[in-house]
Amino acid sequence: MRGCTTAVILLYLTRMPISLEEIKKIALLARIKLTPDEEKRHAETISAVLDYMKILNEVPTDGVEPTSQVTGLSNVYREDEAVISTNKKELMDCMPDVYAGELKVPAVFSEVESS
Amino acid sequence: MELNELTIKESVEGLKKKKFSAMELTEACLSQIKKRNKELNAFITVNEEEALTDAKTADVLISEKKAGALTGVPFSVKDAIVTEGIRSTGAAKILDKYIPPYEATVIKKLRAAGGVVIGKNNCDAFGHGASNENSMYGPVKNPHDTTKVAGGSSGGSAAAVADHECIFSVAEDTGGSIRQPAAFCGVVGLRPSYGRNSRFGIMPMASSLDTVGPIAKTVEDIAMLMEIMAGADVKDATTVSDEVPKYSKEISKDIKGMTIGVPKEYYSALGGPASGGEISIDDEVLRAVQNQIAKLKSLGCKIVDVSLPYTKYAMAVYYILVPSEDSSNLARLDGVRYGSRVEAKNLFDLYAESRAQGFPEEVKRRILIGTYALSAGYYDAYYKKAQKVRTLIKNDFDKVFKKVDALITPTTPSPAFGLGEKLNDPLSLYLADVMVSPAAVAGMPALSVPVGKTKSGLPIGAQIIGARLDESTILRVGNFLEKNN
Repeated sequence: MRGCTTAVILLYLTRMPISLEEIKKIALLARIKLTPDEEKRHAETISAVLDYMKILNEVPTDGVEPTSQVTGLSNVYREDEAVISTNKKELMDCMPDVYAGELKVPAVFSEVESS
Repeated sequence: MELNELTIKESVEGLKKKKFSAMELTEACLSQIKKRNKELNAFITVNEEEALTDAKTADVLISEKKAGALTGVPFSVKDAIVTEGIRSTGAAKILDKYIPPYEATVIKKLRAAGGVVIGKNNCDAFGHGASNENSMYGPVKNPHDTTKVAGGSSGGSAAAVADHECIFSVAEDTGGSIRQPAAFCGVVGLRPSYGRNSRFGIMPMASSLDTVGPIAKTVEDIAMLMEIMAGADVKDATTVSDEVPKYSKEISKDIKGMTIGVPKEYYSALGGPASGGEISIDDEVLRAVQNQIAKLKSLGCKIVDVSLPYTKYAMAVYYILVPSEDSSNLARLDGVRYGSRVEAKNLFDLYAESRAQGFPEEVKRRILIGTYALSAGYYDAYYKKAQKVRTLIKNDFDKVFKKVDALITPTTPSPAFGLGEKLNDPLSLYLADVMVSPAAVAGMPALSVPVGKTKSGLPIGAQIIGARLDESTILRVGNFLEKNN
């Protein structure tokens, strides 16, 4: 099973570089509009970066625990007390569009298709 | 000597003895900024009015003998750290008009000690870069040679300190953003252990690696600042409650008998691109650091050769973990609740257009790499694999610190490179951090101290890496190197 996972990982790491179509798909997922020039540049530069990552294939990691944090802390608790951190006006002042004292956003459900 | 050229220690002494006022000191820094900012571009926002008001208050406190440790000392803050009531852009246009309604914990502490915020420093947008050329407010130039970069991402902070536009600066180091520009600009910079200083109020980049630390003119000043900045914070659950040492006292202890490791991987060609090509170390940099090693030996340190075999994988690990965490953290900037919004006919386009116009190219690149690495089917191959190799890198350090008290390496493989030189080759720019990212991946503290200049006048930095939470030892070593330079 473990050997199989490694094989899958190796497969992914060797099927780079990244295509223009993949860049378009990721940009869509990441909610960033790219110009055709940007798509091309990102495909090239990200391919080079991902190619560099192949160096990690040299390292056997079966049985190695992943490190997600380095402090060794766990379950840090505090009292659940309400405190006033900021006032409403200051927060409202940061908002890009306000109507009648509320944050204004476009309709979430819309009949207009995204471009 | 002009007032703005003073260290923190000299400033505090002079203010106390009434040799000059806080107003005069602040005005000296402001006048240097005015003289130099057009050329060096180290500041995005100058907090002139408030700084002068705060300096006036400081003078009253000093005359009433109510001064704190930093009363009347002007300092600057990297723009990726939020300051209450002072515009904080993070060097990205999406936050061009953002005035934070809250303050980063470290800034709150420094202001409570009497420090005067003089302005916000330019940086690579959200800390993404190693040359300060990824700022949407233009690059920062190196005060020692304006055709060279100041380094990054905290280039503005390092340049401002080196150019005496402030007495010290507060910056952020995820993978070298304090140490590398400090080395390029010839000043001292400390990346504390992860968890030592609160990250609350730091615009998050890679949450499992981000740290906030000082850039100053001397190691002594850094030690004093750390006494104020460090400590547990309820607003950052990753801060540790270990006691904060009296660093100012610690640094004067003799280093005789200390064991200093020289990790061989940092002195040969380092993890170059898999497709060939290696990063070689500049001869002058190598010689300058070797001189320091000889000096440590003459001061009574035991020098031992050590090996950190997984060093060459640190960059690859770093550039998987960081963009992944970046992409997730930056999802909050979407033009909806705060920051700039580009109006569009539907919600999707509002997000996509606001982010397209508000982020520079490198931020977009990192979000794309991160989104890819975290997407279904790739998570195990990239993020999880990187986290596993991270364990091995961390084990390397843990093992070596059973044998040595500190490690010494060059901070960078070369002195400051030319503006524009690596701009079209992101990978080569990423690799500029090859010597600073391993300690970051492992969460170790590391200090960069100036150790001379090249023939052409560019500063060289040496990096002292310590065991986790042992800032005292690396500050001690740095202090001795500085005093014996």
